[in-house]
Amino acid sequence: MGLNKIKDTFTATFADSRAALMPYFTLGYPTIQASVDIIEGIANSGADLIELGLPFSDPLADGPVIQASTQIALDQGINIRKCLELVAQIRARGVQQPLLLMGYINPLLAYGLERFVEEAARSGADGFIVPDLPYDEAEQLEKICARHELALVAMLAPTSTEERIIGACRHTSGFLYLVSLTGVTGERNSLPPDLTGFVNRVRKHTSLPLAVGFGIATPEQAAAVGQVADGVIIGSAVVRAGKSGKVNEVTGLIRGLKEALEK
Amino acid sequence: MTTKTLLPAKFGIYGGQFVPETLMPALAELEQAYIASQKDASFQAELARLQKTYVGRPTALTHARRLSAHLGGAQIYLKREDLAHSGAHKINNALGQALLAHKMGKRRLIAETGAGQHGVASATAAALLGLKCVVYMGMVDIDRQQPNVLRMKLLGAEVRPVESGSQTLKDAINEAIRDWVANVETTYYLLGSALGPHPYPTMVRDFQSIIGTEARQQILEQAGKLPDACVACVGGGSNSIGIFHSFLEDPSVRLVGVEAGGSGIASGKHAARYADPKIGRPGVLHGTYTYVLQNEDGQIAETHSISAGLDYAAVGPEHTHLRETGRAEYTYATDEEALAAFQMLARTEGILCALESAHAVAESIRLAPKMKMDQVLLVNLSGRGDKDLDTIMKALG
Repeated sequence: MGLNKIKDTFTATFADSRAALMPYFTLGYPTIQASVDIIEGIANSGADLIELGLPFSDPLADGPVIQASTQIALDQGINIRKCLELVAQIRARGVQQPLLLMGYINPLLAYGLERFVEEAARSGADGFIVPDLPYDEAEQLEKICARHELALVAMLAPTSTEERIIGACRHTSGFLYLVSLTGVTGERNSLPPDLTGFVNRVRKHTSLPLAVGFGIATPEQAAAVGQVADGVIIGSAVVRAGKSGKVNEVTGLIRGLKEALEK
Repeated sequence: MTTKTLLPAKFGIYGGQFVPETLMPALAELEQAYIASQKDASFQAELARLQKTYVGRPTALTHARRLSAHLGGAQIYLKREDLAHSGAHKINNALGQALLAHKMGKRRLIAETGAGQHGVASATAAALLGLKCVVYMGMVDIDRQQPNVLRMKLLGAEVRPVESGSQTLKDAINEAIRDWVANVETTYYLLGSALGPHPYPTMVRDFQSIIGTEARQQILEQAGKLPDACVACVGGGSNSIGIFHSFLEDPSVRLVGVEAGGSGIASGKHAARYADPKIGRPGVLHGTYTYVLQNEDGQIAETHSISAGLDYAAVGPEHTHLRETGRAEYTYATDEEALAAFQMLARTEGILCALESAHAVAESIRLAPKMKMDQVLLVNLSGRGDKDLDTIMKALG
């Protein structure tokens, strides 16, 4: 579990000569139960890793689709404790892939960082992504995660300077999350033209896997990103497909994305 | 912490830079440009010239003789930021930052606004310097601050309504940050209060500290001594930190910040971060670690105040530090007390103050009678009340 499981996953996809597929879904959306069914479906239709969103009232790195999904989840009374229960349920259904919890820092502070990481580990999570916690502010959480051998994944953006790339490579664990564009999450019509250059700038400094997210929605886009990155993260498109709560509407999308990465 | 900033990023343990990575380089660039502007004589000369010939500084210090006599205690002096061009202290910061944006070569300003005063100040500064200006404003605030919405539009700014969340200042800041993340190369985020990620709390305080610098000199001239207490309202906390700063090293001056008590603390409908330990706890909102109104799950609470400018779930990190070190104390005034204070000031002194500032007046009404007649109470009158007339007439029935 934890860091090793993430490492093994990327070793396997690397051996397959393809990028890992990492869909995102919001815990508690569109209903608490439907989210568990959908995430199980995502796991069974080709995801290599899964990013699970912990809802927050003020998700300032997210675009309208994920914002709306987290608000709907909150309206149904979701909180950190219930999210961790859902993670345990997902594991109980036999989902084996690495699970990364993506959440903003304030609910984690309110829960207590130590308690959060410990209970997350026990419920079967393998790591965390905290978009409003740059590595400069992450010292405490980094130490706790290291003690539990869980990943704390640092993010980099096209605006990141060489100094910050070096800093993030030093502080991350598991892999690096490269934000493909300057902007919030959400589907875009085309990929940023300088993505390859950005990935290469980071590649110079680390042998860790590089996963790229933000703005990737279609199989064609996923395939293109898969040519340069080790992992492809798809969020808003998956959440949008899950709007009605029907599992097959999401799994169809995941299969299409996976096929595109395997070509 | 490993933060490598040039200026301290924290006040004690509060403050910091809790923002998406995309913005980290922009914050470093901003800090560098700000430090350079502080040392740049021509920048400082230009700012000083505009403060004098455009804003109308120094703003007056008014001895409120009839109000003081009516209360029968301390002599109340009003620092008249309501007389600054565009109607509030907000112009001090907006002009300073707009000049900085201009110097950094950013041609597009974005701003958030609650009461609309910072939006108006930003639109004003943008017009003066020939910059494009987009202001994010919650729908609830657009409805209750119509005059300021019209002012911004007439000044050439684009007002973008925000319909997410509670549709107030908090949500306007979320949208402004999202815009900044998307347009960070070309856009300057003109944050209006002493909050957000470093360097904003420091920079906004510095631009607002002209209030305290002037008030200190004026009170020494008029009253012949330092004030015994200095009172200011605290939303994000820029007018208060601006006036407090000149008195931090004078232990004889009590510093009193006044939060929005809304419908009362027990009602849960307020914006008093320090007064309600049930929901007011340290946390992170909009890039800074400070006191935040939140539920037990760490979701940000919806706030209430009759004054849009105080209706916000977090407070500037330096205030939290001043409170913890005991240098400043914080209290609150309810909507009702602010309305009563507004009326008393209007009828005794002929001044229609902003509802935000009326919270500071309300505290001075409580404080003055407990003080001796030769004691001096300095009140920061942060803005004028024209924008609030509709709200006030409705509330007074």
